[in-house]
Amino acid sequence: MTGPSDPHPAAPLKVLLAKPGLDGHDRGLKVIAMALRAAGAEVVYLGMRKTVEQILTAAADEDVDVIGLSILSGAHLALGRSLLAERSEHGLDATPVVIGGTIPAADARTLVTLGAHVFPAGSNLDEVVAGVFAAAGRRQCGSGSGA
Amino acid sequence: MPDRRAFDTAVEHLAPVVTDSGIPVAPLYTAADVTGDLEARLGLPGQPPFTRGPYPTMYRDQPWTMRQFAGFGSSEDANARFRYLLAQGQTALSVAFDLPTQLGYGSAHPLAQAEVGRVGVAIDTADDMAELFDGLPLDHLSVNFTINATAPVILAFYLVAAERQGVAPTRLAGTLQNEILKEFLARKTYVFPPAPSMRLVADVVEYASEHLPRFNPISVTGYHAREAGCDAVQELAFTMASAIAYSEELIGRGLSFDTFAPRLSFHFATTLDLFEEAAKLRAARRLWHEIATGRFGATRPESARLRFFSGCSGATLTAQQPLNNIVRSTIQCLGAVLGGAQSIHVMGYDEAHELPSEEAVTIALRTQQIVAEESGVTRTIDPLAGSYYVEWLTDELHRRARDLIDEIDQLGGAVAAIGAGVPQRWIAEAAYRIERDITDGRRVKVGVNRYVDDTATETQLRLFEVSDDVRERQCERTARRVAARDASAHESAMRNLDVVARHGSNVMPALVECARAGSTLGEIGALLRSVFGEHEEPSPW
Repeated sequence: MTGPSDPHPAAPLKVLLAKPGLDGHDRGLKVIAMALRAAGAEVVYLGMRKTVEQILTAAADEDVDVIGLSILSGAHLALGRSLLAERSEHGLDATPVVIGGTIPAADARTLVTLGAHVFPAGSNLDEVVAGVFAAAGRRQCGSGSGA
Repeated sequence: MPDRRAFDTAVEHLAPVVTDSGIPVAPLYTAADVTGDLEARLGLPGQPPFTRGPYPTMYRDQPWTMRQFAGFGSSEDANARFRYLLAQGQTALSVAFDLPTQLGYGSAHPLAQAEVGRVGVAIDTADDMAELFDGLPLDHLSVNFTINATAPVILAFYLVAAERQGVAPTRLAGTLQNEILKEFLARKTYVFPPAPSMRLVADVVEYASEHLPRFNPISVTGYHAREAGCDAVQELAFTMASAIAYSEELIGRGLSFDTFAPRLSFHFATTLDLFEEAAKLRAARRLWHEIATGRFGATRPESARLRFFSGCSGATLTAQQPLNNIVRSTIQCLGAVLGGAQSIHVMGYDEAHELPSEEAVTIALRTQQIVAEESGVTRTIDPLAGSYYVEWLTDELHRRARDLIDEIDQLGGAVAAIGAGVPQRWIAEAAYRIERDITDGRRVKVGVNRYVDDTATETQLRLFEVSDDVRERQCERTARRVAARDASAHESAMRNLDVVARHGSNVMPALVECARAGSTLGEIGALLRSVFGEHEEPSPW
């Protein structure tokens, strides 16, 4: 964990969290936001009912390290695919995308093939947090290994 | 003579435990824990304060209504699922709408692109609604509509669908959720700001109290706050605080409490802490009686008689070892029955992965049928009454919820508290605590943090798939209908709606005119957005 005694503090990992589309189930996204904060990350909480365009614009403006999405409406393939594809138009090709929610295994594999990191419903909270750090090539302990 | 001191000594080393809502529980309860006039707190079934049930006969007369929530794709797709469920012995319908319909966007709207027909059925016009119930006689069915921000529009479409079947509004039975406060609080399909939203809720309730004597025009709901993470005490308090806010809104426009209160219905979750949940539901009836008589001076017994629908909890189900969810749902269904539910929905065991498959929906219905017809729990009314523990817990939940209602009153009531984002924060914090407790092993989830099956390969489920061309078909169909409608009738109905919405009279008659004229939900939604504006959630942090 990042702590005050850390000898080489890196800039905190900066994560944008949003719900694309019209889905309103924001329990998971808020829990992840609190867990990431507790692990020392800086969270830009964009909230729900955002278009792919709004999310990518905010990610570029805020210069975040990771984009985190939560989708429980079944629209994960369509929305995930378009966000991953449109990253380049915002100069975000290298920005990792982590997707959580109600995502069947076959769809999770598809999203992984397209370049996303996927944590379906039932994932362990600590593993999700570690996974977000790892997606950005950072270690959660804040030992200065980050980008 | 029992030796209490010896007993206390024998149990004093036991570690303290709490209920799911954090209420400390003693190893044993006795008559000494149920003090005061218990008979007065209980009454009899069908009699104030209704702790033992809203009706004198309860399940001895007929079991609860088995109402599985269903809907997806187009109106024909959903109609086929409805027919299937009725053929399987389901006794009423419960319609799920897709997100564009819930949010007042037509299926062709850019924001609707990935969402048409996904979490429910897509309804763009009154014609779609008529097709949804094709061949299903609306004078013989009770229909529940999970719809909120656009509830007045959906009700107007439904009235026109009934009209085309030749069914008079007075014969329609069912429930419109029409509960916007819990949308701001937890479910999040709000559209308009709180003030116009409360007005639309009241328009529907007022219209129904004049025209729809068998229909529940609102279902005051704690379910979604519970699913979003709050505990049983908060669920009770949020529900009652919301019921108070709606009642004040209606009284504010000149209605007497006794004209609308008998048609208010309620909706609670039932989770896994069996006795706490049964006690919560018993406490809810007593609490509403206290509020209806004490705060609002109800004079008719029905005005203070709480009836509710119980949705079993999806948030307690797990993605891991999904068949275990059938057992969890059985316990939850039992809790709802021991709590005296009027209707129940049981979750599909696969819902942590996808919308429930037909197999999962059938098992959920069979779960209810087994509890109703094999377990024998329906033989006598309120069988837990008189249990020292359950009565103590009922009193405790009642007391704690009343204290929290006082606290919400101090914040200015439900509308002000929710407007300031206060209970939303309580819910998010509670959700985080639960997740932390599961992750750290303080809260047991079988198959997740205990009895984990490391050898399990990918779960094989027969998942439900919505066909990909639903949106295309739906857009084509709506375009065809728009082209075929009488344009001048539509335009004049919309102009009238605009005037009514701006000037504050009841929108329902104008909406029924729009529905008859073939105006679409997307067109009506856009008009109401232009009049009322849109709500943006305050930042949670």
